[in-house]
Amino acid sequence: MAELTKEEVKHVAHLARLAITEEEAERFALQLGAITEFAEQLKELDTTNVEPTTHVLPLVNVLREDVATKGLDRETMMLNVKEQEAGQVKVPSIMD
Amino acid sequence: MTLFNRSAKELQALVLSKEVSLVDLTNEAFDRVEKLDGEVEAFLALNKEKALEEATELERTPFEERGPLFGLPIGVKDNIVTQGLETTCASKILQGFNPIYDATVVKKLREAGMVTIGKLNMDEFAMGSSNENSAYKTTKNPWSLDRVPGGSSGASAAAVAAGEVPFSLGSDTGGSIRQPASYCGVVGMKPTYGRVSRFGLVAFASSLDQIGPITRNVEDNALLLEAISGVDANDSTSANVDVPNFAAALTGDIKGLRIAVPKEYLGEGVSEAVRQSVMDALKVLEAQGATWEEVSLPHSKYALATYYILSSSEASSNLSRFDGIRYGFRAENVENLLDLYKETRAQGFGDEVKRRIMLGTYSLSAGTYDAYYKKAQQVRTLIKQDFDKVLADYDVIIGPTAPTPAFKIGENVEDPLTMYANDILTIPINLAGVPAISIPCGFEDGLPLGLQIIGNYFDESTIYRVAHVYEQSTDFHKQTPQIWEGK
Repeated sequence: MAELTKEEVKHVAHLARLAITEEEAERFALQLGAITEFAEQLKELDTTNVEPTTHVLPLVNVLREDVATKGLDRETMMLNVKEQEAGQVKVPSIMD
Repeated sequence: MTLFNRSAKELQALVLSKEVSLVDLTNEAFDRVEKLDGEVEAFLALNKEKALEEATELERTPFEERGPLFGLPIGVKDNIVTQGLETTCASKILQGFNPIYDATVVKKLREAGMVTIGKLNMDEFAMGSSNENSAYKTTKNPWSLDRVPGGSSGASAAAVAAGEVPFSLGSDTGGSIRQPASYCGVVGMKPTYGRVSRFGLVAFASSLDQIGPITRNVEDNALLLEAISGVDANDSTSANVDVPNFAAALTGDIKGLRIAVPKEYLGEGVSEAVRQSVMDALKVLEAQGATWEEVSLPHSKYALATYYILSSSEASSNLSRFDGIRYGFRAENVENLLDLYKETRAQGFGDEVKRRIMLGTYSLSAGTYDAYYKKAQQVRTLIKQDFDKVLADYDVIIGPTAPTPAFKIGENVEDPLTMYANDILTIPINLAGVPAISIPCGFEDGLPLGLQIIGNYFDESTIYRVAHVYEQSTDFHKQTPQIWEGK
C-alpha cells in the first residue's frame, strides 16, 4: 500500500480539486510514496481497543444562547469578490 | 542602539519619564524595518499610516489607564486576519485578500493598546520549517543571512531577533513558534491547546493549531500571552478557564521543582552541542534547587508519522475553502466551474501545500481511512498518555527544541522527509495539546540553540517560572546578532 501509482495520485488530485500534469503526477507519486511508506511504521503498534483522539480537551457540545445576532452586512462581504453582478457572485457556467 | 533592546517594563519607564513618545516607538519600528528588512525580508505588508495614526491617538490615554504593553509595537504572522490589512498566509491563492474583520487576538492586541506594525512572512499556510515555502520571499536568519530562520513562524522570530519589533505573534501546529524561536535565539511560547482563541487564524490543522507570543525575554512573553488569552464565543474550542497573571508567576523560586528529561529527546540526530546545552541548563536549574530524572516517552518516535497524517488530513479539509470564488486569486481562461476550482488551486497553491492536501485526501479516502487516519488518531492517544503519565509525577519536562541549529537555505528543500525531521522534538507536544516554550540556551558555531520546557495543561505559569529562573541565571538572551547594530 505504501507505493503510490501515478494513477492513484491523479485520482487523489481530482478528489482534492487540483489540476495536475503528467510530470507532477510522477514527482508527487514518488514523494507521497516515501511519506506513506514512512507512515507504515505506525503498523508496528498494537492499537486494539485504543480510543482515537480527535481532540485533546474534554469539550462536549459547546453551545451559545439561541439568540439572533447581526451578521456582517452584504456590502462588506462582497468587498473581496472580484467578479460580481447585481450583488451576486459571478462564476463560470456550471453545466457543460 | 535601538530602543528595542529594552523590555516592556523598561520601555514603559522611558514613556512615563517622557524620554520617548508612543509615536517615537512606532517610528522606531518602521525605521528598523527600513534599515534591516532589505536583508532579513521578514515583512510582507506594512501598516505605517494607520499605525502612526493609532500611536498618535493612544498618546491621549492617561498613564494610569495604560497596561504594561500599551503603545508597544508588534508584528503579526500573516495567517492571522487583520481588517483592511492584506493577509495572504504567504500564498498566491490569497494574493490581494483584505480581511473584513479582525482575529480575536488582533482585537485583544488593540484592547491592550498595542500597535500593529505589519504582517510577517511564513511558510505557505504554515506548512514548513524554514520559510522557504513562502510564495513571496525567503526570510533570512538574522544571525547568519545564508541560513533559514526556521518555520513556519520564521519571520515572526527573525523580526524580533533583528530588533525590527520587540514583539510578534506566531502560530504553532507542530513546532512553528518554538523551532524558529530556537533558530533565532528568542523566546517563543506555544500555549495549551484552547488557551488562545483561534478565531481569525486561518486554519491549517484545527485540532493542533495555537497562536502564541514571540519576544526577547520571558517576562514580556508572559505579559503578551496574558493579553491574548481567554475563552471566546467565536471559537468553540477555546477553553473556559481562568487567565492567570502569568508575570506574577515569575517568583525566581524553583526549589523542589521536579524535572523530567525524556531519553528520547537526547538520542540519535541530536547534535552534541545541543545535547550539551541541555545538560548545562539542567545544572543551572539544579543549582537553583530543582531536581531532574531521566524518563521515557516511549511513543515519541511515532509522533512524526502521526502528525503528518493527522495535520495533512485536517488541512485537506480546511483548505478546501480556497476555491477562487469569493476572495483571493482566481484562475483565468477556464471553461466551467470544475476547471475553475482545479486551475485556481493548481496555480494558487505551492508544492508543499499540494503535497499535504493530497496526503490528507489520500489518508481520508475510503480504503485507507482505517489504516492511516484512524490509526494515527489511536497512536495520538498513546502519545498523549505518555505525557499524562510523566506529568503526573513531574512539574515540567525539559529537552532541546530542535535537534540542530538553523540549517542553510536550500539545504533541505528537495527532500520533504528530512525537512519534516526538524520538528521531531516539538510535534509530540502539539499532539498531546500541552504548553511548551523555547528559550535561548547557547550557541553552536555562532548560531542560537533553544531549550524546550514543557508543562501540564493550562500550567503555563510553571513553565514561565522555570524559564525565567534559567534566563536570569544566564546571559544568552542578552546577545544580539551582528546585523542588530549594522555591519
